Amino acid sequence: MLSIKNLHAKVDGREILKGLDLEVKAGEVHAVMGPNGSGKSTLAHILAGRDGYEVTTGSASYLGKDLLAMAPEERAREGVFLAFQYPVEIPGVNNVYLLKAAFNAIRKQRGEEELDAMDFLALVKAKMQFMEMDPSFLNRAVNEGFSGGEKKRNEILQMLVLEPKLALLDETDSGLDIDALKVVAKGVNKLRDPQRAMVLVTHYQRLLDHVVPDRVHVLAGGRVVKSGGKELALELEKRGYDWLREGATA
Amino acid sequence: MDTALQSYLEGYRSLPAAPAWLRPLQEAALERVEARGFPAARDEAWKYTSVAALEKRGFKPAFGSVQLDADVLGTLLVPGLDASRAVFVNGRYDPALSRLPEGVRLVSLASAEAGIKGSLDLHPDWEHDTFVNLNTALFRDGLLLELAPGQILERPLELLHVTLPEEGAAAHNLRFVIRLGAGAQGSLIERYTHQGEGKHFNNVVTQVTLAEKAKLEHVRLQAESTQAFHVARVLVRQAACSQYRSHNLHVGGAWTRLDLHTRLEAEGASAYLRGLYAVTGRQHVDNHTRVDHLVPHTTSQELYRGILDGQGRAVFNGKVVVAPHALKTDAEQANHNLILSRGAEIDTKPELEIYADDVKCSHGATIGQLDEQQLFYLRSRGLDEASARSLLISAFAEKLLTGLPQPAFAAYARQLLSTSISAIKPEGQA
Repeated sequence: MLSIKNLHAKVDGREILKGLDLEVKAGEVHAVMGPNGSGKSTLAHILAGRDGYEVTTGSASYLGKDLLAMAPEERAREGVFLAFQYPVEIPGVNNVYLLKAAFNAIRKQRGEEELDAMDFLALVKAKMQFMEMDPSFLNRAVNEGFSGGEKKRNEILQMLVLEPKLALLDETDSGLDIDALKVVAKGVNKLRDPQRAMVLVTHYQRLLDHVVPDRVHVLAGGRVVKSGGKELALELEKRGYDWLREGATA
Repeated sequence: MDTALQSYLEGYRSLPAAPAWLRPLQEAALERVEARGFPAARDEAWKYTSVAALEKRGFKPAFGSVQLDADVLGTLLVPGLDASRAVFVNGRYDPALSRLPEGVRLVSLASAEAGIKGSLDLHPDWEHDTFVNLNTALFRDGLLLELAPGQILERPLELLHVTLPEEGAAAHNLRFVIRLGAGAQGSLIERYTHQGEGKHFNNVVTQVTLAEKAKLEHVRLQAESTQAFHVARVLVRQAACSQYRSHNLHVGGAWTRLDLHTRLEAEGASAYLRGLYAVTGRQHVDNHTRVDHLVPHTTSQELYRGILDGQGRAVFNGKVVVAPHALKTDAEQANHNLILSRGAEIDTKPELEIYADDVKCSHGATIGQLDEQQLFYLRSRGLDEASARSLLISAFAEKLLTGLPQPAFAAYARQLLSTSISAIKPEGQA
């Protein structure tokens, strides 16, 4: 589903990704781990189409298409979803309005009809209940005044409503207490599906206690320096990143 | 003498004569106009707005020479707005098109008796203002609304001024006098609209007097033609514990200058001032506000927002004066501007004059573009760039529109805004 080959990318002239390779197949959940500054968030941002990154070499293809050539909204409509590390507050834009606009943009792309307002509301309310969110969040401005945990839940709610084919979760576990972490994990597990792939970008092992990955990759110095099964995450938890970092710079 | 004034002075003679009791007042005002002339460029209050453009047009005072068809009026109304209405066409009150509220004292100024003379008095601060004096000398119509103590206006009253094209460049002068007795409450909508693209100049003075504990909600919408010149003075005096809530919107006109001045003259008085201006093309809108905190324990809360597109230009000058001994004054002011194009320009200036200790005053002004992170967030959810921009611009205005007292009016204002600022898609409303 997602195939990244020899990806090099710069931010402000500084090379952050230095030949990154990653293959993710439908039905798989991959964890991308690594120390701060290893390029984890850069990878998530580039895949979602954020400005400010210059890809110098390499490619990323999604369902056989050149992902990097697509505008952010095209990626979203084709089924790519990024759960933000720092979800943006948008005063004046109603949460349910954004959900509906996003939902209908994606349906339109698929050649499906827009869902009518009542059916859509029923669908969103059911998903909110699942995410243990108060219905009042629907009519609040997007992320405005939400706590850190509420913002992350809101990201996962959007993901559940939009049902992406490829979900990228950027440090979704950071700043969550254990209860919120469990709810977020529940949301992620709910979407696990043979047709869907997920990439969890994370610094710590703790999300992986609740969402068990098929593959774990360690990013250091802008490259994948080690890949393995779920047991690799446990090893990282025990040994830290230093033993791998040395290998990367050699 | 300022030659640009000549046509206005001549106009005084050519207009239909005002009632005899009014004439001395008008002639005195005219003398002050001659003495003072139009404000010069060196006048600090006119630093960013040149009167030269107005002078060049050579407007001539005119009085209601055209009629508005009732069917046409129907197309100019705010859909779904439940309000009584006083309609003015090119400066003249049209009783046939109006639906006035019952049980309220309303006087058409064209036929007013000498008894109302006192209610036209202005605070000395405004005695020498040329536009006020022109208005005093040249108004031939307008309205006096008086609510008795304790009286509550059940439905909002809309003062609707429609400008139709007429021969030459016409200047219309309108005077509104709003007086609320102790504890009276009302909701007023002042709206300036047009049919066709006439070149005209509307010069309006709205005087508001609020007695103790009176409450007025005052919506004002300037949505005139893109050829129109508009000068307005909203002059408010507030007694103890009175509340004045203003919503001042500008989406039309070529050249607009509005001065809103409220005097908090007794303890507990509060002013809540909201404003939104959107300029595009070569539009120019200048809002000068002034709040005088004259005694202890008064509050003011002010928020103005501007959207600037094309080669539009706006000015915001917010003055807050805290008099000596006006302790425990609480004054808050903010002005935020969203610039959508390279050619647009905003001059914003908070002006605080504080002569008392133990007060709480804050102010802030910002000028910015759309937030890149918000844009990216919306696009990452599947909204195309134009829709995302539209949504964010609407959201910026929404802070002021959702606060309008009549939802039907808010919907109408949203629609006008999306017609005026092309980056806002009509369907892009939350």
